[in-house]
Amino acid sequence: MASLWEYANPLKFMRTTDWLLPVVSVAALVVTSIGLIWGFFFTPDDFRQGSTVKIVFLHVPAAMMAINAWVMMLVASLVWLIRRHHVSALAAKAAAPIGLTMTLIGLITGAVWGQPMWGTWWAWDPRLTSFLILLLFYLGYLALWSAIEDPDTGADLTAVLCLVGSVFALLSRYAAIFWNQGLHQGASLSLAPGTRMDWAYKAPLYTCMLGFGLIFVALVLAGTRTEIRARRMKALVARERMA
Amino acid sequence: MSALLIRDLRLALRAGGGFGLGLAFFLILAVLVPLGVGPDPGTLARIAPGILWLGALLACLLSLDRIFALDFEDGSLDLLATAPVPLEAVVTIKALAHWLTTALPLVLVSPLMGLLLFLPAEAYLWLILSLTLGTPALSVIGTFGAALTVGLKRGGLLVSLLVLPLYIPTLVFGAEVVARGAQGLTVATPLALLSGITFGAVALLPFASAMVLRINLR
Amino acid sequence: MFQVRALACARGSLLLLEGVQFSLRRGHALVLRGPNGCGKTTLLRTIAGLQRPIAGEIDVEADIIAYAGHADGIKSTLTVAENLQFWADIYGTKTIDSALDQMNLRGLAQRMAQNLSAGQKRRLGLARLIVTARPIWVLDEPTVSLDTASVALFANVIRDHLGSGGMALIATHIELGLPEVEVLDLSAFKARLPTPGDGGFDEAFL
Repeated sequence: MASLWEYANPLKFMRTTDWLLPVVSVAALVVTSIGLIWGFFFTPDDFRQGSTVKIVFLHVPAAMMAINAWVMMLVASLVWLIRRHHVSALAAKAAAPIGLTMTLIGLITGAVWGQPMWGTWWAWDPRLTSFLILLLFYLGYLALWSAIEDPDTGADLTAVLCLVGSVFALLSRYAAIFWNQGLHQGASLSLAPGTRMDWAYKAPLYTCMLGFGLIFVALVLAGTRTEIRARRMKALVARERMA
Repeated sequence: MSALLIRDLRLALRAGGGFGLGLAFFLILAVLVPLGVGPDPGTLARIAPGILWLGALLACLLSLDRIFALDFEDGSLDLLATAPVPLEAVVTIKALAHWLTTALPLVLVSPLMGLLLFLPAEAYLWLILSLTLGTPALSVIGTFGAALTVGLKRGGLLVSLLVLPLYIPTLVFGAEVVARGAQGLTVATPLALLSGITFGAVALLPFASAMVLRINLR
Repeated sequence: MFQVRALACARGSLLLLEGVQFSLRRGHALVLRGPNGCGKTTLLRTIAGLQRPIAGEIDVEADIIAYAGHADGIKSTLTVAENLQFWADIYGTKTIDSALDQMNLRGLAQRMAQNLSAGQKRRLGLARLIVTARPIWVLDEPTVSLDTASVALFANVIRDHLGSGGMALIATHIELGLPEVEVLDLSAFKARLPTPGDGGFDEAFL
């Protein structure tokens, strides 16, 4: 039975994260605090957007991590399908709710920012639409995980869904760009930190991005540890029943 | 292979096979939409392309859980998986049977539904063409969703949640073809993209469907 | 010739059997015994190719196994003949006549499967095996819901199959009235629980 399982060792993962998780958590807290405080209180107001622009320090990092979380899930799913590495599958499972939350934060902060800037909470801009679609993909992925009882079957099926979903999510993004052209010129509503942005904004923004990245890593590590323990508990119950 | 197709078509057409349910749903939708948005021909004509595509998409969705659920319950799926036919071919045939029994009738009656919704005359050709080219993707993607949820108790509702996001590109390009056709604009680009998605899905998704089916059967 | 060596198989992520070892020669049948949940179905599904073995080998030529599980795969809105003809087409064996005769289904050929009794359905399921014309039959509880006469009929079919050089692997609790078969008790191959190391656990989470 070793052949199937020799590639991964949850125990080693637990031992490593025993010290790694606190380190990453503290780093995430420090970097994010510095970034947000710097961004909120020590940057000048934008000449056109006033202080509302400062929500960018929450909005952009969250949106970035919403996409990165999905990419991480895709990589972890591939590792699981190819190497049968349990920790990988559990990490993908742990990342999904975090990605979903990041997507929600991105959408909500976007709406809060959009209201004073464009006078509307929501517009069917390609970028906004893509994020809403991403939200649907996260929901489907999580729903499939929660519907399946056997953990290995769940890992396999969600991994394939993640792969197929990634292709269709990408297609949907191009579809949204294409679809919007006919309706209105959405490009002027772009949320990107444009080229106008100078280093007074860029430096704290990059700090916040790093901070959100660290938060993501810390939460995924913590979530994976929880999943590993849940998995172990399940295995122990099964063992009891067998004995 | 043709034996499986003939069996599935025969099962669909016999009593309790569910043939015509999707069609009835499509008709009901075309009646309910004017009741909901008002009888104004201008409004209806403008939203008709989207409504017709959405109706076809939802009608396809309705019958997805029948693709594998019955064969799973009575053990046929186990026997098919051990039979000398590749599972990739089985899922392709299943998707084809779904298309023939659900999507093809929708394509054929769609001009009538267009009539109810005051679809502009120029758009009929594009409606039929876009549905013909786009619905195979709906069947193949739906078969993947059905294969994902085959053994699950809450499969019916879950399959909608999984499949609908995957339908987005097809819906966007399909409805766009009809909308542009209705305005007399050129439809080449969305039509090409729609066909591209269909051909890609038909070529590649059966492998994913067979893979998840194997996982669900073990 | 059909051989299984050091086979280990799992249901879900739970290892049930390991070190399963047996061989089957032409004209012979092997009956699998063991308490409920010991892994009979899992072993048969592994041999039928529905799931991969965790370890070990199944030494068998391609395309010679016919599998019959708990459910018969009968379509209730098709007639008996249509049900059988479908499998004959899938397995490329054209004719269903001898199967209808052997399982005493000739008179029911044009009847809808939904109007069959439980025992008749089971006979139809077994007729499917004859239709496949495969030399190795892998059968999971084939005699459930058969009456005494039908069990005898089934035993005859098995005897004919073995007589013509076939093989059969059968999981059952019932005496089939076949004296010449060997019996394999699976409880001998029950997977040992892995002993947890120094407070740790491995990839099996044990």
